[in-house]
Amino acid sequence: MSDYSLKEMMKKPERLAPGHRMCAGCGATIAVRAVLRGLHEGDHAVIGNATGCLEVSSYMYPYTAWEDSYIHNAFENAGATLSGVETAYKALKKRGRIPADVNYKFITFGGDGGTYDIGFQSLSGAMERGHDLVYVCYDNGAYMNTGIQRSSATPMYADTTTTPVGKKSDGKLQGRKDLASIIADHNVAYVAQTTLTGNFVDIHRKSEKAIYTEGASFLNVMAPCPRGWRYDTADIMKICRLAVETCYWPLFEVDHGTWILNYEPKKKLPIEDFLREQGRFKHLFAPGKEDLIAQFQAEVDRRWENLKYKCAVNGKETGDLP
Amino acid sequence: MRTDVTKINEQTPHGELTEGLMMFAGATSKYFKTGEWRTNTPVFHADLCRQCLLCAPVCPDSSIPLKDGLRQEFDYDHCKGCGICAKVCPFKAITMKEGI
Amino acid sequence: MAVRERMSGNEAVAYAIRQVNPDVMPAFPITPSTEIPQMVAGYIANGEIDTEFIPVESEHSSMSAAIGAQAAGARSLTATSSAGLALMWEELLLAASNRLPLVLTLVNRTLSGPININCDHSDGMGARDTGWIQIYAENNQEAYDNFIQAYPIAEREGVHLPVMVCQDGFITSHAVENIELLEDEKVKNFVGEYTPEEFLLNPGKPIAVGPYAVSSYVMEAKKNQEIALENAKAVILDVAEKFAAVSGRRYGLFEEYRTQDADFIMLIIGSAAGTAKQAVDELREEGHKVGVLKLRVFRPFPAQEIAQALKHCKMAAVMDRCESYNGNGGPLGSEVTAGLFRYKVMIEAVNYIYGLAGRDFTVEDAKAVFDEMEHAIETGTPPEQYRYIGLRS
Repeated sequence: MSDYSLKEMMKKPERLAPGHRMCAGCGATIAVRAVLRGLHEGDHAVIGNATGCLEVSSYMYPYTAWEDSYIHNAFENAGATLSGVETAYKALKKRGRIPADVNYKFITFGGDGGTYDIGFQSLSGAMERGHDLVYVCYDNGAYMNTGIQRSSATPMYADTTTTPVGKKSDGKLQGRKDLASIIADHNVAYVAQTTLTGNFVDIHRKSEKAIYTEGASFLNVMAPCPRGWRYDTADIMKICRLAVETCYWPLFEVDHGTWILNYEPKKKLPIEDFLREQGRFKHLFAPGKEDLIAQFQAEVDRRWENLKYKCAVNGKETGDLP
Repeated sequence: MRTDVTKINEQTPHGELTEGLMMFAGATSKYFKTGEWRTNTPVFHADLCRQCLLCAPVCPDSSIPLKDGLRQEFDYDHCKGCGICAKVCPFKAITMKEGI
Repeated sequence: MAVRERMSGNEAVAYAIRQVNPDVMPAFPITPSTEIPQMVAGYIANGEIDTEFIPVESEHSSMSAAIGAQAAGARSLTATSSAGLALMWEELLLAASNRLPLVLTLVNRTLSGPININCDHSDGMGARDTGWIQIYAENNQEAYDNFIQAYPIAEREGVHLPVMVCQDGFITSHAVENIELLEDEKVKNFVGEYTPEEFLLNPGKPIAVGPYAVSSYVMEAKKNQEIALENAKAVILDVAEKFAAVSGRRYGLFEEYRTQDADFIMLIIGSAAGTAKQAVDELREEGHKVGVLKLRVFRPFPAQEIAQALKHCKMAAVMDRCESYNGNGGPLGSEVTAGLFRYKVMIEAVNYIYGLAGRDFTVEDAKAVFDEMEHAIETGTPPEQYRYIGLRS
């Protein structure tokens, strides 16, 4: 993006007010602020939200952190709730009850609990029906609001409160569900996976694209949780960079069915570099656990090669069939 | 019937609360001072700042206000002191001090 | 001029929906209410109305989407039965606590298990404490009339609560009977435009819906919701009066059928009231002083009005088309007897469970209930409480 300017992006009015109760250093609100910067000035938005950290912290009566209209309904139905709002917009616009020159955009946020798991059906329905909205998952890889229980987004071997490490346990046994791919297979307008990077170009560009692409869009944003991942709170940007440079969290997008790899590290870092920073993987560095890290690496490699294959086969930008 | 958030508190009688506990207003959280949570505090050294703005988007608490495209002093009413901004500043224009 | 037609209950409600032309209808099919969204989809496909239909992937999502649409400022509704209503349970509570005046047309069907598609009231009664207004119909005419009155009740200042319009599965929903329909224009004028003061899609006036609230606010919010439900009672009567002016058909919180001098009154909900009235007519021919109180509005529960209506009779039979598994009778039995006690109407009362999962309830069954009441009073033997009618033993 040669025409990208962080300074220009930062001139946009702030749409998430301070005073919310998210933890100090929370990745979710950094992600939310970035996504909302994708909105054009002058456009209105209705923000949806699944129950979770973000919801209980950003709208604790009578304090709403949202500059725009906001609706939280329940944990498992953010997709359906915003489907209703978006359809109401169509109905009211059609009937002349909203002025023709007024634009509304629809963005809903859910954690990985509300998105990958309990709200999965509702999300799938909203995506399949093709409502003109963006569903944003702030993926922190566990049910953080209830106290760090495993989710289907939790990486393998992570120590969580329902997959605790112990004499007979090395943490979670299963790998992550690849939700971005699953949503891409709904054949929606736009899907992207992103996280927080240096000048925020990736998340800013993808947010704007998701919001202004007609039809259903899905953004999967890795949003670290210092409490659940157990790293030094100030280090969030380093954690995100390592996730990308190790190819644990690849940056890609699927634009109307075309898979595009947005970033390929010049030198792919070993997964230890990402794991070592986090207390939830501490047990993997005990003597005798080397094979677990090797297995983790093998899984990262397999998924990375698979993604590169999809992008090579389907992607315009990466070119020829293998 | 726009809501005046300053009229609602934990002593408000039921008849004066908003219908369905909806808020007929946006961004009322500004009235809640999360700065009180802080145990460490970022200090802005304006003389070292080159206005690259890398600190502004990493703030989880929208507490690095901008004016005319330039970053201003921290919003200490809301800054929780997480220290992310100090880590990303390439020019050491933000340092962390203990306490508030 | 009113239009005379023959229609099933589902057709009648779909016809009323066509006349109201609501903004948004999300729905998911379930027997026996499936025909309603099908017919609405047909009206839309033929260009008769321009409601936005959302073919959601579950009832949970139909109520969730209806909540979203209503909060956004659109007049919304959905239809369901049985397990569909059960799947919505959490959302029912939210529709009411968010004070959203949407409408649900419920075609009553038994709840699992075992799975069965026929009528009883276990679905509606299971949702009795969700904060909704509940209005039950005896026949297709009432289902139609109640639907037309639903939005004016729900949307009235001081109420702002969702309304469940209930009719009996198959017995009413699928049986074709005579009906008198209002002209389209009359319905349109009666229901009027939906003009909420605050809603999500109001540029420059953002709102926030569905907060987390600390304990210091929740009790107050629930009390406010309860007050709104109490307010609904007078509003339901006011809307009924206005409806009578355009239709000539009068409605109250309940209907009293030949109860004025009755010693024995059967209190009943829904289509079986027709059967009970037939029994009353036949018994009156033989000189028995019997009557029927047909409850129309179950929520808000008109306890005081029922107590007043029963206070001169010797005994009342409270008929529940629902087993509530409390070990002490059905929901109507529990609430009516509690109401009688609170208002110090110390008559005898007996609770029956009947008609579960579409089990026949005949004129003979109804007569037998009156006979048992007379016998209990004549012989001075206290009635056996909480009995099943038509149970093989």
